[in-house]
Amino acid sequence: MVSFELSEEQRMIRNTVEAFAREEIRPAARPADETGTIPEELVAKSWELGLVAGPIPSEFGGLDDQRSAVTGAVVAEELAFGDLAIALHMLAPRLIAYPVLEMGGDDQRKRYLPMFAGDRFVPGTAAIIEPRYDFDLGDMATVARRDGSGYVLEGHKCFVPLAQESRDVLVYAAMKGEPSGLSGVAGFIIAHDTPGVTISEREKNMGIKALATYELTLKDCRISSEARLGGASGTKLNFPRLTSEARVALGAMGVGVARAAYEYARDYAKERKAFGAPIATRQAIAFMLAEMAIEVDASRLLVWQAAATLDKGDDALKQSYLARNYAAAAALKITDNAVQVLGGHGYIREHPVEMWLRNARGFSSFEGLATV
Amino acid sequence: MIDFELGTELCQRRDALRSIARDVIRPISREYDEREHERPTKFWELMWNASRQAELRPGTAPRGGEKSDKARSPEYRNLATIVLTEELCWGDAGLYLSIPNPGLGGAAVAAAGTPEQKERFLKRFREGAPKWGAMAITEPGCGSDSAAVTTTAVRDGDQWVINGTKIFCTAGEMAVDKSEGFVVVWATLDKRAGRAGIKPFVVEHHTPGMSVIRVENKLGIRASDTAALVFDDCRVPLDHILGSPEIQREGGFKDVMATFDATRPIVAAMAIGVGRAALDFVRDFLAEQKVTIRYGLSPRRLSAVERDFMEMEVQLEAARLLAWRAAWMMDVGQRNSLEASMAKAKAGLAVTQITQKAVELMGPLGYSRRFLIEKWMRDAKINDIFEGTQQINLLIIARRILGYSSKELT
Repeated sequence: MVSFELSEEQRMIRNTVEAFAREEIRPAARPADETGTIPEELVAKSWELGLVAGPIPSEFGGLDDQRSAVTGAVVAEELAFGDLAIALHMLAPRLIAYPVLEMGGDDQRKRYLPMFAGDRFVPGTAAIIEPRYDFDLGDMATVARRDGSGYVLEGHKCFVPLAQESRDVLVYAAMKGEPSGLSGVAGFIIAHDTPGVTISEREKNMGIKALATYELTLKDCRISSEARLGGASGTKLNFPRLTSEARVALGAMGVGVARAAYEYARDYAKERKAFGAPIATRQAIAFMLAEMAIEVDASRLLVWQAAATLDKGDDALKQSYLARNYAAAAALKITDNAVQVLGGHGYIREHPVEMWLRNARGFSSFEGLATV
Repeated sequence: MIDFELGTELCQRRDALRSIARDVIRPISREYDEREHERPTKFWELMWNASRQAELRPGTAPRGGEKSDKARSPEYRNLATIVLTEELCWGDAGLYLSIPNPGLGGAAVAAAGTPEQKERFLKRFREGAPKWGAMAITEPGCGSDSAAVTTTAVRDGDQWVINGTKIFCTAGEMAVDKSEGFVVVWATLDKRAGRAGIKPFVVEHHTPGMSVIRVENKLGIRASDTAALVFDDCRVPLDHILGSPEIQREGGFKDVMATFDATRPIVAAMAIGVGRAALDFVRDFLAEQKVTIRYGLSPRRLSAVERDFMEMEVQLEAARLLAWRAAWMMDVGQRNSLEASMAKAKAGLAVTQITQKAVELMGPLGYSRRFLIEKWMRDAKINDIFEGTQQINLLIIARRILGYSSKELT
């Protein structure tokens, strides 16, 4: 039956992560954006929240939490409310750990999961996005073909977070000879020093500047069949589900960024005076804020709906796609409006709204960059 | 726990109404759009007899916040109301509004009346011949500014004497002199008291001094009559005032607001029903034209039509979730003024845009009265106007999120 209430446990988690986002992440956001580095102590502190190790079984050192897309959406929203780049950094290890957790072969689980359930942050990542205007998850240009008992990978990836810092990269590629579409995608866990793998200098992006991202080139990259995610046959890999989870995560992060901008603009508008009164008392500003409030809530509900569908084990591909696109567009509009509410001050780097606008613009490019 | 699935029982009732909407309402939809002011009496009889479920009738669902045995309504009656409203309005929003029911008058009784008054005034909707309830608040000189009503109520012995003119009264004619219904009239006891002096009065059908002077011709929802009423020394018994006759400093006007908290999600649901009608039609139309909507592709690979259609679809879903939330909050006893206005503002505008886009997507055929698309565009527009315009709802939302009073943010 319909309910719009988080469970007791989810509320507790939200409060904890929200406090962390407000008190720890937010103050670090601007310096991180300017310098391109995230303080190690902050990342270490986030590790104590169990953001990655939570759902990993205790036999691998994890916390045995039940994995829930709704809870994941709540956490992702709060972290991104703090800062998107820092959130993506903290959650990057999930990109390899969770697919292995859910869909890896037994050997893969034994080999990789303990690494992400230890007592400190270990970078991990996945290579998904490709540098093409019409990049599409279901039509990757990176291709894997069988070669004897192993595979050969060819292709070009970009926006790979922490590629240089991570020992292993989960690379997604289309299987040669198989029909295109999401179910034709295979995953391969590749050590980043494997011959044929080249990782570029760090990318320079418009936003999320604190997140280290890289291009990754695969040229005649030969790997063994054990590297294929989901066991040697790859049959356990459910890429449509991973796609849905990623969309929920990114949608939730869009909500977080949008909410940050909305709240900042709202509070500013109550303080800033023009013509003798706070600008929030003028309908031109007040109505913008009202629309921003509606869209934050609407985006969140759409994201939660897709997440709840995932938690029931049902197909959420369409829901998560529409929700993510909606949240991405809303985040862009809301952050832009926030800059507008602040006027000239919004354009100055003293206030965070310009940074949020730059960050929000990225959601149309960040396919697969996070998961719940 | 977050859950967006309706229970089995509600799904069954929804499906039953879906059949009525498809098999009974839709076939006469165009007819009563073209023949404005004609009365679909057969349809009314059918709905009156078939739909004895209280949930079909806005106004009879108890507010969750009330201290009654339904305080935490296990049936989620407000949610059920909006789910079912969507179905009927998928059939036809004008015909939905014309269905004999307590209407907004009933909603006012439910929100502001004592338990005794609720029983006395609402009982009639469970028995006898079809009846209508109506609400009269808007005046020629005040619409959104409902605190400025000039209609007066003066006590004279054991009666209230009401004088004034009201317009835009949905089902007013049916409630006033074509059935044994009633009109809830908002009138001021003391203009100097401002909104605190404004009180709702139940005026029974055929009360001398109350008359219908006009039934409006409209852009859409033509199957629903919209009346202008005059009250000329219209006398009603003392116990026909809803709530307290005392003019509290802040109290009185809250009754109006409480009514809106209940009805705005319903208006949102009406809009959503019309929007879904248009969306379903366009989906089938595009399929016939061999256009497939390819969900999941990079937006850069989609056609403009696909992008438009997906946008319409997700906007509608966003509006629906906001409406469900607002209704659900009432069911669990939470104050929902903010969320009700959010749902109404979102749905009213989204569906106005969805139906306009639907006309565009069908090309010249969208403009033709051969199809109902053009009608839905006309019908949709009212949802962005009545029960608080888009702008009034934004104003309410803004006041709430900013913590401003109606004096601080005008």
